[in-house]
Amino acid sequence: MLLEAVKLALASIRRNALRSFLTVLGVVIGVGAVIAMVTIGNGTTAKVTADLAKLGSNLLFVAPGQFGPGRASSDAKPFNARDVEAMRSQLPDVRAVAPVAQRSVTAILGNESRLTVLTGTDDDFLITQDWGLAAGRSFLEGELRAGRAACIIGQTVRDKLFGHDDPLGTSLRVNNISCEVIGVLQAKGQSSFGTDQDDTILIPIRAFQRRIAGNSDISRIYVSAEDKADTAKVQANIERLLRERRGIVGDKEDDFSVRDMKQVVQTMAGTTAVLTGLLGAVAAVSLLVGGIGIMNIMLVSVTERTREIGIRLAIGALEGQVLTQFLVEAVVLSLFGGVIGILLGLGLAGLAARGLGVPFLIDPAIILTAFGFAALVGVIFGYFPARRAAMLDPIEALRHE
Amino acid sequence: MKPVGIERPEAALIAFDGVSKVFGLGASSVRALDHVDLRIDQGEFVAIMGPSGSGKSTAMNIIGCLDVPTSGRYLFKGLDVGSLDRRGRALLRRRFLGFVFQGFNLIGRTSALENVELPLTYRGIPADERRKRSLLALDRVGLKERASHAPSELSGGQQQRVAIARAIVSEPSVLLADEPTGNLDTRTSREIMDLLSDLNRQSITVVMVTHEPDMAACARRIIRFVDGHIESDNRTMETA
Ligand SMILES: Nc1ncnc2c1ncn2[C@@H]1O[C@H](COP(=O)(O)OP(=O)(O)OP(=O)(O)O)[C@@H](O)[C@H]1O
Ligand SMILES: [Mg+2]
Repeated sequence: MLLEAVKLALASIRRNALRSFLTVLGVVIGVGAVIAMVTIGNGTTAKVTADLAKLGSNLLFVAPGQFGPGRASSDAKPFNARDVEAMRSQLPDVRAVAPVAQRSVTAILGNESRLTVLTGTDDDFLITQDWGLAAGRSFLEGELRAGRAACIIGQTVRDKLFGHDDPLGTSLRVNNISCEVIGVLQAKGQSSFGTDQDDTILIPIRAFQRRIAGNSDISRIYVSAEDKADTAKVQANIERLLRERRGIVGDKEDDFSVRDMKQVVQTMAGTTAVLTGLLGAVAAVSLLVGGIGIMNIMLVSVTERTREIGIRLAIGALEGQVLTQFLVEAVVLSLFGGVIGILLGLGLAGLAARGLGVPFLIDPAIILTAFGFAALVGVIFGYFPARRAAMLDPIEALRHE
Repeated sequence: MKPVGIERPEAALIAFDGVSKVFGLGASSVRALDHVDLRIDQGEFVAIMGPSGSGKSTAMNIIGCLDVPTSGRYLFKGLDVGSLDRRGRALLRRRFLGFVFQGFNLIGRTSALENVELPLTYRGIPADERRKRSLLALDRVGLKERASHAPSELSGGQQQRVAIARAIVSEPSVLLADEPTGNLDTRTSREIMDLLSDLNRQSITVVMVTHEPDMAACARRIIRFVDGHIESDNRTMETA
């Protein structure tokens, strides 16, 4: 009997194709919005997680000053080369310690110039960032010690300045120094903050300090722990060492901070997940509005079809059968809307994913949920009009014009 | 509350026992039927006539179990219809009664065949048997080759014949027709009357309301209503 009811419902939907479509538009939009929001949100979460994982395994990030509101990090004392040396020699379970100092610079080659980020560091940087070379070599011991003006360039810098030419051995002008390109980094793409990580130039930290910055400061230190090491323990060790070196005693607060990238990843992924949930919930409200649209049109339809309902009751339909027919009609309509909405939502999410450069992840659970909700909306908002149809008095209904 | 299967052979098919029907309350109330006694047996062909507002449709609605008397008793096959609830009357209707209306009342944008199948669908008959019986019913009204046409593609007379096919497809004992030829020209009306006479000969009881003496003449009994009561009740000559 249910199968028959579905057939009757389909017949009646087909008889009013345009009206049926307009009826379900609300559900289409609601379901579409939920699917699009959640799919894009999930893709973003995945992208953030993957990006931060790419930052390097077991990465700890050390900076002067404290993060957080009301804390100026600028007045905290920067690090220096001896801090890095001490960390390298005294910390257990540490694979690499990379000093980092950065500045925006203009790189010039012939007539081409480009604003980019110059990073003073050493070979440990490549280990902490899990970053390989596409061509050339990394810095040599001697170059690092002497602070020679040799540089390793990112793919973007290479593309913009050199085009198809081989950059190795050529000299670039960076601000007012000339430095020879000795290597090219592999492409890394966008960071989760949207910046182009390949738009960079690396030079030995000493060259940076002496010839660009004019001081011996190190603004950040990246520490990569051994694979099996407990990063919390490494973090505690770094904190103890730096407190000692910076003369912080007793319960005085640290004037530096050590952050475990894993925690940052988790926080960020958590944030995007919460955002996804919120957006999904907002979209779900529009699904509810869509349900009210269905109820509205079904009520109009019951009034319009009063005579038809009277005929059905007179030729042998039982109350329950009329109720079922209208209820099934509402559910079928709603599911139609659901299917179109799912396709629409996925289409939009696919386009958005391409635009935003995030992965397009189809989550079957959310699709099933949206589908289920569409059905539920049909049942809930279809019941009242269906009951109204079933309770009609056949004589009155037949007399209705 | 299960009327189905309750049949008392000794009882009349249709029996009104002091049936009154009053619409509305107090001063504005209308007494549409006033202590009507009536008996119709299996196999009869009855025409109900009378001026407008005399209570013909009201009587038909009660006979068709679409409505119940305000007072008095209506017995269908010996069963007191007034004591049945909505569902009980619906079951009685679907088991024993077929309806034909003045306005044809086919469901639009649905083929003739589907219209005829509908009563069987509601009775849970499987699709292939449904189709067979519906085609047979369309054949009986002479419209087999129009099975796939929508009502809008059929003439008034053809539409009414589809409606008759739909009414008889469930093999009812009684066919109730309230002004079945009211919307048709004389020639087409005659065809419909011939069809009803035919069906009556094949043992269906027919009760029909009409304003036209010509059409009433086809029946074997003519009941005349005036002001809510029966003024005359005559057997006609036509006993073919
Ligand atoms: N639902 C109703 N509510 C109030 N009064 C009604 C209702 N149905 C019928 N009546 C009244 O009952 C009386 C009989 O009506 P009925 O429809 O039975 O007449 P009829 O003989 O079929 O007339 P016609 O030939 O015009 O169809 C009329 O006065 C009518 O106004
Ligand atoms: Mg009438």
